[in-house]
Amino acid sequence: MTRKTRRLAMIGSALCVLGVAAGLVLYALRDTIVFFYGPTEVAEKAPPPGTRLRIGGLVKEGTFAREQGQSVRFDITDTKHDVLVTYTGLLPDLFREGQGVVAEGVVEPGGLFKADSILAKHDERYMPREVADSLKKQGLWKEGEAMPSTRTQSETRVDASSAVKR
Amino acid sequence: MIVETGHYALVLALALALVNAIVPIWGARRNDASLMAVAPSAAIMTFVLIAYAFCALTYAHLVSDFSVLNVVENSHSAKPLVYKISGVWGNHEGSMLLWVLILAIFGAAVAIFSRGMPDDLRANVLGVQSWIGSAFLLFILLTSNPFARLAQPPAEGQDLNPLLQDPGLAIHPPLLYLGYVGLSITFSFAAAALISGRIDASWARYVRPWTLIAWVFLTLGIAMGSYWAYYTLGWGGFWFWDPVENASLMPWLAATALLHCAAVMEKREALRIWTIFLAILAFSLSLIGTFLVRSGVLTSVHAFASDPQRGIFILVILTGFIGGSLALFAFRAGELKQGGIFAPVSREGALVLNNLLLTTACATVFVGTLYPLALEAITGEKISVGAPFFNATFVPLFLPLFIAMPVGQMLAWKRGDLLGAAQKLTVAAACGVVAALVFAGLRGAPWASYCLAGLAVFVIVGSFTDLISRLFMDGYSVSSAWRRATGVPRSAWGAAFAHAGLAVTLLGLAATGWGVDRILTVKAGETVNLGPYEVSVTGLVPKQGPNYNALVAPSIVRSGGVQVAEIEPANRFYPARKMNRAEAGIATLGLGQVYMSIGGASPDGAIDARLYWKPLVSLIWIGALIMGFGGVLSLSDRRLRIGVARRARVSTVPNDKISAQPAE
Repeated sequence: MTRKTRRLAMIGSALCVLGVAAGLVLYALRDTIVFFYGPTEVAEKAPPPGTRLRIGGLVKEGTFAREQGQSVRFDITDTKHDVLVTYTGLLPDLFREGQGVVAEGVVEPGGLFKADSILAKHDERYMPREVADSLKKQGLWKEGEAMPSTRTQSETRVDASSAVKR
Repeated sequence: MIVETGHYALVLALALALVNAIVPIWGARRNDASLMAVAPSAAIMTFVLIAYAFCALTYAHLVSDFSVLNVVENSHSAKPLVYKISGVWGNHEGSMLLWVLILAIFGAAVAIFSRGMPDDLRANVLGVQSWIGSAFLLFILLTSNPFARLAQPPAEGQDLNPLLQDPGLAIHPPLLYLGYVGLSITFSFAAAALISGRIDASWARYVRPWTLIAWVFLTLGIAMGSYWAYYTLGWGGFWFWDPVENASLMPWLAATALLHCAAVMEKREALRIWTIFLAILAFSLSLIGTFLVRSGVLTSVHAFASDPQRGIFILVILTGFIGGSLALFAFRAGELKQGGIFAPVSREGALVLNNLLLTTACATVFVGTLYPLALEAITGEKISVGAPFFNATFVPLFLPLFIAMPVGQMLAWKRGDLLGAAQKLTVAAACGVVAALVFAGLRGAPWASYCLAGLAVFVIVGSFTDLISRLFMDGYSVSSAWRRATGVPRSAWGAAFAHAGLAVTLLGLAATGWGVDRILTVKAGETVNLGPYEVSVTGLVPKQGPNYNALVAPSIVRSGGVQVAEIEPANRFYPARKMNRAEAGIATLGLGQVYMSIGGASPDGAIDARLYWKPLVSLIWIGALIMGFGGVLSLSDRRLRIGVARRARVSTVPNDKISAQPAE
């Protein structure tokens, strides 16, 4: 086998693998990514039922309610618009009314949002970055007192997507 | 006073590193032995100074000196001793100090252990290492001084983040940093080779033990981090495809590829350009990881201090080093001559395939991690790329590796026999099929998990097939087998163990497919069915810790009515930070685990609980330990030992002429 054919074989196989990888990436980017919306964006863009989304904002005061079992419902708000969210499972320790929260899940018919995972930052002074940006965009919150710049932050996430498998 | 001297030692270390960054490289250019001789002693002295600074900060934490800002923000006088020590690197400033300390440790180690190396190569390596050291020392002194004092010291500190008050913090960051930062030395070797223009098999021989050391630490560090996340985050996951995790996975993939292609370069002088490129890439990915983690540009589930200003500084360092090394690479790569020829079906060919798949898999992780950033910068739309993306891209690219792994080990250098290799692997393949059927008979679950488990068993058996068959070449007596076993190079055993370890991890991952997961509200006295076990909660007890209050739910795990374990899941409250932390109750039963975490109690005495039965889950981390063991075994191989490279090189030259060589 000469250098030239060897090189061709190597380049050929490299191109094959890269092609497959590029195909997989493009396919996955179309199907598996999840958009992040604030409540106002949800109201404006009206995503069709079945869309998978992340919604971030504040847990609206006075809306948190427990239903039977471990199901809860609450509103996520940016004070202009609200989204009603239902969720079954353990809530993060720092989940509280008035706190920043990110819910990931699926839009149901009738504008209801069925979350299967809830994120809340563990540090009481911290707000998830997406929530902070979205609130800043609404002019509701300014960089400063609430956002620590050098503190250690952490976040707990509770995932119920595979809960009660059998 | 000690704190000030620590600060001063750090400034001195910077000055010394700057000298060491220029003088030896200049000496190597002018071929001046006395200038080159500066490098080793300066590297050792830099290490001593940084080690002193690190001890000074540790001292401030130990005595709870609340006039130091870093101590106030991260310590508390009531904190247990072990967390006072590990709290030193449980924050941004301290962990950067650990970063440069490890950088200096590797510099000093090269200075001490590489006496057999040519003087100019050593001078250049230490010179480049000092460039990296200077950049990060400057970063610490200008943006994140750990020794900053407070004019009005408070009486008490703010305590360490409760999630970090865990033995994991004592082990995980040092291990991970030894791996992450250890790759700097391979980078320095690559840059030094490019500067001097001499890139040959002996270079590969010098660089391989260092890569191997870094790889072993990185493997153990990632595994330790994943176990820590598994038992503290309280929701039973061990890998979240989180940006911070990806940041450590990418250098691991590049380092694994480097390890394999350095073998080709060492044996056959082929793939030289590629090897150098990978050495640069591996450390570049470490730097990118540091940037991602420190700058806070990506949202992560893990605990990290972040600050955009500092992010920009690291970005400058990163661009400087990656850009500089790639420019040097572009300038020199054309001068490299082609190496040995090999057929596509050969050991080299298999290793090329390995590199292709590993680097492509690494690229998909890179795309998945940075795509949200790019999209947000361009369109302003926010997205999250999570596990589904990586399952659809990384996994299909990684699985062929498992199939190729035992086959590649069987092939000879230069020209291999694919059919012969396949024949030798029939036993392993049969074991895999039987294992898949056995697992499938146990419980109903997705077929993919049984196929993966079967694949894992195939690789475990296949990794050792060649070595085992060689043991009994002189007949089936124990003494001849032992003689053969000790005659086989240790690096061959090391490779077999590392491959088998990866497959053991795969087996643990596959077994998650047939686990049980329940979320429910339980009261004291209630019993929950969990796969083959029953878990009874016996009560709800308040408990007082040194710096926390806890609510404990002692529970008994039974199997068929017989008690097999007791667990104590708890929910702790840390008053200093007003934070809760769930402490999972874990019972290891065989290789599987029963895992229980609890939330807060409601007024009627019920608690939210999450229970898992995870069969074979401990194999995920045991596999990593086996991989690490394989690496250490390989490191103890006489031919790979640091410092004997020159002599070994002469003795292995005839290898090139013999095509059937021991597996490695």
